[in-house]
Amino acid sequence: MSERKRARNNGKANERVIHLKPPERMKIPRQQPIEKEPDYRVCNFEEVSDGFDVNLASEEALRCLECKDPVCMKACPVNIDIRAFIRLIYKKDYDSAIKKIRESNYLPAICGRVCPQESLCENVCLVGKRNEPLAIGKLERFVADYELKNGNFSPPEIKENKGQKVAVVGAGPGGLTAAADLAIRGYEVTIYEALHEAGGVLKYGIPEFRLPKHIVDAEVDRVKALGVKIETNVIIGRTLTIDELFDEMDFEAVYIGTGAGSPRFMNIPGENLSGVYSASELLTRVNLMKAYKFPEYDTPLKIGNRVAVVGGGDVAMDAARTSARLGPEVVNLFYRRSREEMPARIEEIHHAEEEGIHFHLLTNPVEIFGDENGWVKAIKCQKMELGEPDEEGRRRPVPIDGEYITMDADTVVIAIGQSPNPIIQQTTPGLKTTDWGTIIVDEIGATSREGIFAGGDISRGGATVIEAVSDGKRASRSIDEYLTEKKAVLKT
Amino acid sequence: MYPVISKTTIAPGISRLEVEAPLIAKKRKPGNFVIVMPVEKGERIPLTIVESDPENGTITLIVQAIGKTTHIINKMEAGDHFIDVVGPLGEPTPIKNVGTVVCVGGGVGTAVIYPMAKALKEAGNRVIGIIGARNREMVILKNEMADCSDELHITTDDGSYGLKGFVTDALAQVIDENKTIQSVYTTGPLPMMKAVAEQTRKFELHTMASLNPIMMDGTGMCGACRVSVGGELKFTCVDGPEFDAHKVNFNELIQRNKTYFNQEKKSLDAYNEKCKTRGANV
Ligand SMILES: Cc1cc2nc3c(=O)[nH]c(=O)nc-3n(C[C@H](O)[C@H](O)[C@H](O)COP(=O)(O)OP(=O)(O)OC[C@H]3O[C@@H](n4cnc5c(N)ncnc54)[C@H](O)[C@@H]3O)c2cc1C
Ligand SMILES: Cc1cc2nc3c(=O)[nH]c(=O)nc-3n(C[C@H](O)[C@H](O)[C@H](O)COP(=O)(O)OP(=O)(O)OC[C@H]3O[C@@H](n4cnc5c(N)ncnc54)[C@H](O)[C@@H]3O)c2cc1C
Ligand code: SF4
Ligand code: SF4
Ligand code: FES
Repeated sequence: MSERKRARNNGKANERVIHLKPPERMKIPRQQPIEKEPDYRVCNFEEVSDGFDVNLASEEALRCLECKDPVCMKACPVNIDIRAFIRLIYKKDYDSAIKKIRESNYLPAICGRVCPQESLCENVCLVGKRNEPLAIGKLERFVADYELKNGNFSPPEIKENKGQKVAVVGAGPGGLTAAADLAIRGYEVTIYEALHEAGGVLKYGIPEFRLPKHIVDAEVDRVKALGVKIETNVIIGRTLTIDELFDEMDFEAVYIGTGAGSPRFMNIPGENLSGVYSASELLTRVNLMKAYKFPEYDTPLKIGNRVAVVGGGDVAMDAARTSARLGPEVVNLFYRRSREEMPARIEEIHHAEEEGIHFHLLTNPVEIFGDENGWVKAIKCQKMELGEPDEEGRRRPVPIDGEYITMDADTVVIAIGQSPNPIIQQTTPGLKTTDWGTIIVDEIGATSREGIFAGGDISRGGATVIEAVSDGKRASRSIDEYLTEKKAVLKT
Repeated sequence: MYPVISKTTIAPGISRLEVEAPLIAKKRKPGNFVIVMPVEKGERIPLTIVESDPENGTITLIVQAIGKTTHIINKMEAGDHFIDVVGPLGEPTPIKNVGTVVCVGGGVGTAVIYPMAKALKEAGNRVIGIIGARNREMVILKNEMADCSDELHITTDDGSYGLKGFVTDALAQVIDENKTIQSVYTTGPLPMMKAVAEQTRKFELHTMASLNPIMMDGTGMCGACRVSVGGELKFTCVDGPEFDAHKVNFNELIQRNKTYFNQEKKSLDAYNEKCKTRGANV
């Protein structure tokens, strides 16, 4: 190819850079990141996966077919130009690769780690038809980590100052993304966060060994680098109300991203015994308050020798694996359906098994027994079988009459789900909610009140990080349109 | 950062701190509390807002040294600062003019009952105050309580001041003498609140207790503060802290509050040891 032709081709989206024929690419096995051995990792909180190094990343990038119609990009909730960034990894131009990702996702080091890729981008990847799909998440993480390590981050240019103020409630992934996006669009953004640190579930829920907290802090710093102010220790609905934000503090729009943090309990006898925790309490003590470093840190946590975890989602896996790292003899996990129905990510179920968590499937706790001091001593479960499928097609668990098992336990962790925290809904007149307490939003993320937008877990119930990110982006677009229009009306 | 503006010791191991927190001072209502974290690596603990000064942007806290965190706070002086203070939390006390009310505070619980008594008085109620302490030295907020009570009874366990006995002894007398009591409010150690509840139950006297379970976030996110009230699960930090004392399962709460007893003790012992060696070095 002549130089000129090549230059012309460079401009074309679909120029192939990888000089291997597709059948050859298809033959390369999916690269496996280096993971710490289970025996080693259950003794500490170090990150389980070391991710890709330059060599693994290059080899993995080589597998991409550079599809004409990249379906992966459509399956990503924020439509990252996956083909383009993989191509840049192949060219070893990591600075451009991360820039490319940041155009669509401002939290790549986080999403690359915790996104359920297997059911999103990687699920549709064409390579997956014959071989295992591209490790898109791991590649995303690789470039994000590269940027962090090499420190060559420069915040995107902010083109114009719109001179309008927007408040964001909650510094979880949704709030952080909305804030970043709005700041890039030229708005003056303040995030109000109830806790003393920013990050939401990324900080207090997802454990250090899956998502190190220094990574979350670094991504939060990148949001701050855009000029976003983060005010911690402010509970909207208590310290300030949304109406005060509008009427007294001159905010012109508000994004609510307060998540679904309120733990659900089972309402069975014995649930208030000492030694029974919600997963949120256990995880917050460990992740946010660093109870695993007690007494260097002041917050205590008591984990006994026989831990029983109830639930089958990501939260239950995190609770079980976190407990396992605090030194008990055994961790039992009880789930009322079968393994196929477990909502947790396959990777996490696999990690939990490797770390020695005992799964008790088709068992449902019905009572917790205590000793004479009010401490948990055993848990009684009813055996279940699968019945007819429910509306979602999952087979309903049905109790088997008279069949129970009782197991010793001195710690019980309830991980059966979270509901939205009601403070905002109760203190914001006119904000419509569902019967489950989630805030109702329309297709652009607007709530029933003018100027108030919402997204993430507060409107979806428990969902995922990338959906919260996607909602944050949608709302920032909608807020931009709303405020631009508002300004135009004021001018005329 | 939340600077300490002033600090005084009002009884052995109990101090009063004025802390700058303008947003909270402006919003605070009687019955509200804050969650504070005094230092990096510290613990988040709940404390009642005893008073607030919206103009100067300060709140007043009264803290009894029990474990490590409250010991750290007791050592703070004007010019030091809390790294985190969040609030105002909890539902404010519903304040109405109902006639005659009794406010029973025991120990540092007096700091919790005082703002409620004051608000009830300002709303026009006849307030009968009862405060109790171990001994003369430990009686706190005597003058403040006297100012907002039509009648004030003080008890000490050893009889070194006021009536010898417990607050429940004074309460028995008050109930006997006043036939028109509408409500009783109580705060203090859990066994005391339980005793008060048992006592007023016999007379079917409406009684509210401000509970003090273990808390962490204070926003309804962890469930550590859950209590059974009338058989229902409630989160003290968002649904309370005040509940109908006749419906609260005190035994359960007393058990739950012992959850970390051993760890907290270790942590305090280590802290005291460190303070001692430091003290010896200077
Ligand atoms: C243990 C656990 C593990 C998970 N693992 C995964 C995973 O592997 N992959 C995945 O994709 N998803 C996972 N999820 C789900 C995911 O974390 C959530 O869907 C996501 O964090 C929702 O983001 P958000 O921005 O809506 O809210 P959150 O992350 O919940 O953040 C909300 C923030 O708002 C603050 N807030 C609440 N109320 C107020 C108020 N009144 N005023 C001010 N601030 C307030 C909260 O303190 C919090 O910081 C997990 C969840 C949990 C609990
Ligand atoms: C809504 C609310 C308002 C409060 N207001 C005040 C106040 O105005 N002034 C004040 O001095 N205290 C108040 N408290 C109690 C205060 O929060 C505790 O004394 C404090 O958490 C103890 O922390 P620590 O680290 O010093 O002790 P820890 O080491 O945590 O506890 C020491 C021992 O005290 C017991 N304990 C733990 N938590 C409590 C508790 N909440 N109450 C009683 N005993 C406990 C435990 O058995 C533990 O072994 C309030 C509590 C609540 C829930
Ligand atoms: S954000 Fe999630 S879905 Fe999108 S490319 Fe990354 S891993 Fe895939
Ligand atoms: S679908 Fe797979 S192979 Fe095709 S562009 Fe996307 S990552 Fe590459
Ligand atoms: S303190 Fe966590 S829910 Fe009340």
